[in-house]
Amino acid sequence: MHGTYTYPHYAYRRPAELDRPGQVPRHPVVVVGAGPVGLAAAIDLAQHGVRVLLLDEDDTVSVGSRGLCYAKRALEILDRLGCGDPVVEQGVNWSVGRTFYGEREVFNFNLLPEADHRRPAMVNLQQYYLEQFLVERAMALPEIDLRWKSKVVAVAPGADGARLEVETADGRYALHAEWLIVADGARSPIRRMLGLDVEGKVFQDRFLIADVVMKADFPTERWFWFDPPFHRGQSVLLHKQAAGVWRIDFQLGWDADPDEERKPERVIPRIRAMLGPAHPFELEWVSVYTFQCRRMQRFRHGRVLFVGDAAHQVSPFGARGANSGIQDTDNLVWKLKLVLDRRAPEALLDTYSDERVAAADENILNSTRSTDFITPKSQASRDLRNAVLTLAREHPFARALVNSGRLSVPAHLTGSVLNTPDTDAFDGPMHPGAPIADAPVRHHGRDAWLLPHTGGRFVLMLFEPDAHALDTATLQALRALADSPIPVHTLLVTERDGDAPPGMTRVTDVRGVAARRFDARPGTAYLLRPDQHVSARWRRFDAAAVHAAVARATCNA
Amino acid sequence: MAHLNTQPNFGTPGERPLHAFTPGDDFYEALIDAHRGLSDDTSRLLNARLVLLLANHVGDLHVLREALAAARAGLDAPAPTRARR
Repeated sequence: MHGTYTYPHYAYRRPAELDRPGQVPRHPVVVVGAGPVGLAAAIDLAQHGVRVLLLDEDDTVSVGSRGLCYAKRALEILDRLGCGDPVVEQGVNWSVGRTFYGEREVFNFNLLPEADHRRPAMVNLQQYYLEQFLVERAMALPEIDLRWKSKVVAVAPGADGARLEVETADGRYALHAEWLIVADGARSPIRRMLGLDVEGKVFQDRFLIADVVMKADFPTERWFWFDPPFHRGQSVLLHKQAAGVWRIDFQLGWDADPDEERKPERVIPRIRAMLGPAHPFELEWVSVYTFQCRRMQRFRHGRVLFVGDAAHQVSPFGARGANSGIQDTDNLVWKLKLVLDRRAPEALLDTYSDERVAAADENILNSTRSTDFITPKSQASRDLRNAVLTLAREHPFARALVNSGRLSVPAHLTGSVLNTPDTDAFDGPMHPGAPIADAPVRHHGRDAWLLPHTGGRFVLMLFEPDAHALDTATLQALRALADSPIPVHTLLVTERDGDAPPGMTRVTDVRGVAARRFDARPGTAYLLRPDQHVSARWRRFDAAAVHAAVARATCNA
Repeated sequence: MAHLNTQPNFGTPGERPLHAFTPGDDFYEALIDAHRGLSDDTSRLLNARLVLLLANHVGDLHVLREALAAARAGLDAPAPTRARR
């Protein structure tokens, strides 16, 4: 098959442990699985100064396009991890989507980029590129010891961590992980070794995925067919990827023989029937998959923390797999850092499970609904689906019901115990638990974005038209927050340019977009968690209230 | 005179959804759930009963005639491709 991508092979090195038999070295954090989620966890920890051992049983990136669509929230997290630019530069921006039913186009939409956000709603990019960029970033961080061809074959959890047995080509060795992050994918060997269940629904359907290279121009659009003439009774998705590669998903039905269906002599005629003779192509990669919508009951089991597909799985519709896994690590890592530093009790990690279980349930709900719409399982369900599609040409309400995937959006953690409930009146969606919106600002006289000035630490975002108006007592209180055991950095959002008081950051909300998005008035203060979710907000800064909210957000109350 | 509203209109009074698609998806799921476990014939009966219940709720014959016309539109043309499974 044709290749537009050369798979890197990363060097395995003989681990020093093999020459020190009998010794069981202790590691503060071990991450198993160097897929996008494990890599994101390791990079985030390293950026917090934590030494990480990252183990992967293979020596390369994911084969085939797999996770294909990276949504805005994941891009914002990747920005913080130092990988946002290459992903967005290599990725494909698309905005036009067309939906077909039978022979006819039912409707199309143009997802115009939402103004005043640094990152688009999504980019399309083969998973191998994302992994490659993350590996390159991880390898540049001295805190990360990334070991390829290192397979965990035994795990024994205990009160102070887990003892792992690692198998390599040169033999086995043991190590002790004080904290173990399990990012070993949907089939999670570690989850199985620990005998932990994952509960939910298996969809009785099979899909064929093909990556093809088009030899002629083809529009950069997403095309979704229900019941097309070239593949009766099923659905088909065509999506653009980087480097002239297109992704085609054919619904096959449960009775299809996966081994037969992935043979090129079977796949090529299907694609030819779909594209027609005017679009010659070459096949790059083919796979047949089934999927589940399910999750573990809890993502924390003592010192063992499950992230990504190991913890929860969704159908591919809506790009809620890798995107939600990256959000898992974004939620987990700051909490683990506080626990490692003994600044927060281990119970804080239970809130990782609670918050991300709630997010997983939202993802499972939405991806299950998309799956039920795309692949109806009863005649009544099919009749209603087809009724929606026949009305969608004419009627806006029916277009809104056409569900070929609801794009991954971050969970609003509204029910979290870490939130401080509002005592002052606010409008708009930036309530406690919400992921914050970006806004264009100026910083040091240059155009900049709000989000990069938050994240990685607690931030008090204080809307003050004029930084010079802050009185001495307020400045002292803000400095005291910065010097607390859990530091809170001050981000002043002002109306006019100028210098920040020492130890603080100042951005200028030149067009008032931030104030609008946060329903801010002069004096409004937002406490932001290190993962850029709102912890608390007030109409007036009150140092005692901020201290209390930080304590609450870290299980120290 | 009222007209048939074919703009997206699902929602819960007094609640503002985080995502515009959620109320419609909530309804659609409830609709599919209502059919769960029924035979094809009984499902058709359910749909017919639902049409009558909603039509009575709407009540306004002018709106109902517009709805009937919108539902019928296009169905006299060559039948839409029949899905097979």
